[in-house]
Amino acid sequence: MSLRSSDGGPEAGSPAAGSPAPGTVATGMPVGRTADQRLAPRKRKNFLGRQPLGLLFSAPYVIYVLAVLAYPLGYAVYISFHDFFFTAPRVKVDRPFVGLDNYITVLSDPAVQRSFANIGVFLVINVPLTVGLSLVLANALNRVTRLRTFFRVSYYVPYVTASVAVVGVWLFLFQQNGLVNALLGPLAPNLSWLTNSWLAMPTVALYVTWKQLGFFILLYLAALQNIPDELYESASVDGGNKWVQFWNITVPGVRSASVLVTLLATITGANLFTEPYLLTGGGGPDGASTSPVFLMYQKGILQGNPDVAAALGVVLVIGVLLIALIQKRLVGGKED
Amino acid sequence: MSVIDAATAANNDNEKNDDAGQPGAFPSGRGGSTRGGSTRGGSTVEKRRNLGVGSFILLAVGAFVFLFPFYYMFIGSLQTSPDTSVAGAFPNPANLTGENYANINGSINLLKGLVNSGIFTGGVILFTVVFGLLVGYALAQMHFRGKGFVFGMMLLVQMIPFQLLLIPLYVMIVRDYGLADSYIGMILPFAINSTAVFVFRQYFMQLPSTLFEAARIDGASELRILWQIAIPLVRPAIVTAVLLTFIGPWNEFLWPFLVTKDAAIQPLAVSLANYISNVAATASNPFGAILAGACVLAAPAIALFIFFQRQFISTNIGSSVKG
Repeated sequence: MSLRSSDGGPEAGSPAAGSPAPGTVATGMPVGRTADQRLAPRKRKNFLGRQPLGLLFSAPYVIYVLAVLAYPLGYAVYISFHDFFFTAPRVKVDRPFVGLDNYITVLSDPAVQRSFANIGVFLVINVPLTVGLSLVLANALNRVTRLRTFFRVSYYVPYVTASVAVVGVWLFLFQQNGLVNALLGPLAPNLSWLTNSWLAMPTVALYVTWKQLGFFILLYLAALQNIPDELYESASVDGGNKWVQFWNITVPGVRSASVLVTLLATITGANLFTEPYLLTGGGGPDGASTSPVFLMYQKGILQGNPDVAAALGVVLVIGVLLIALIQKRLVGGKED
Repeated sequence: MSVIDAATAANNDNEKNDDAGQPGAFPSGRGGSTRGGSTRGGSTVEKRRNLGVGSFILLAVGAFVFLFPFYYMFIGSLQTSPDTSVAGAFPNPANLTGENYANINGSINLLKGLVNSGIFTGGVILFTVVFGLLVGYALAQMHFRGKGFVFGMMLLVQMIPFQLLLIPLYVMIVRDYGLADSYIGMILPFAINSTAVFVFRQYFMQLPSTLFEAARIDGASELRILWQIAIPLVRPAIVTAVLLTFIGPWNEFLWPFLVTKDAAIQPLAVSLANYISNVAATASNPFGAILAGACVLAAPAIALFIFFQRQFISTNIGSSVKG
């Protein structure tokens, strides 16, 4: 309060000081300038800014971010370079620096290599499917006027529903004698979807694509609003059919959204945990659908090797960053 | 797609004929009506409608694929014995029962689970709204040293991958602070949603700064300005932030799963997941019970979303595209 009132003084004073100006100067411009000149020294007077209370307002958030998000980020890297193990609270133990040992353990583990290969399979299926389907559906949604809200809602429903809930239905649909196999009849795979080591990961990828698609459709829908109608009109005058328009106007027009969609889809893929844990009963069959985050849980928390798990987390994040950079080059084109 | 192409091709032909004015072209009904109205504007409207047919079919197929599992979830939760044939997708009065809900409620306490989910989600929403409004207002309408730092931090935080924080947060919260099996341990990593902070800032930015300067000149304290002027003007932002924040913790599985081992405190998503992975195998109609639990878990989020769908969709787009 006291800070504010000392602040209020000059603030109230400045309009009064500026008031004779309109009488003497014809244009409004010099008035603004004199006011600015008067404001400038006032700003410097208070080291913490005009409303230092802003610091107090921001403090809870800043403290929260530093303590709960920034500090663990550094701590993760620290853990990954030390021989770290769980202890009872407030017990001081020696945790020697072990250099890259944990990283070597992680990278030479066949299960880890398998999980990264699985994520590779996942991304190869999920990312192009997500980008393609969400763009096509968003484009269609943009043209339709009838039942638009209904469609938007129905695409968005899987996204707002808990994965744990929807996993139940997918288990039911894709089990050995489930509805999907009943519809496929003789075409049904011999070992059913989630227990077949070739089909488990693609099924998980399909599930995640289905679940997340609504969110990406909305991203594209927003991007499509920025493409001017005149482009389509002039293209149709020039005789460009719908395909030509789609490839030459729509696709380049939403390029920045495509970069975002590929990035977010990749991050979602790297974060995969619930689906292999529940859909395939812990990354089965035979590790064919394990994910790195699932292994982090298994190694770090179940087997008590947080140091190895932290190293795996660091490797995973670096991997995602590399893939994101490559994708930005590929999808972003020459614009950037 | 072929339908769309055909429609477009037909339309383009008409248009070309219009432009060239060739009398030899056979005027279809559509072409005639186009010629009757204004030339270009009419044909664009016409084209939109024709394209709409193909798009409409595509969207309808899509909507079926998206909604069918939810329908099937509900039907499955009511079946006495699981019927996985094609006929089982339709309600059969002889095979309907509410027993699955009683069964799942016998294994996991649904009400307790919902209450725990509610406390977890409510806690996150409370922290996000209270502290988010404070920092959002400060970032939008106050001038103070370090503002740029806070703003930059808010943007960067949204890019921190959660999988990297998993182990250190577990070590800190569960091992060091002993917050396992507590609501605060569950809430802490999600307590202030930075995307919601961003939404608050955007809404406060839209208010004219002269309003706040005037209030300051009149001697109102910043807290009073925030409470009596700023917050009443950004009520939609609060609805938005609540919805945006809601789905995160309500649907979150991994973190509460790690933190809670005591069934009495587990959110519904965790207890249902434990049921799916451990108990289901021994139940008489496991799928019926799983699907009944799934319906209970999904219903609040879906209901809330449909009720507020307009705000939900527009804000999600806005915040993601800008952020």
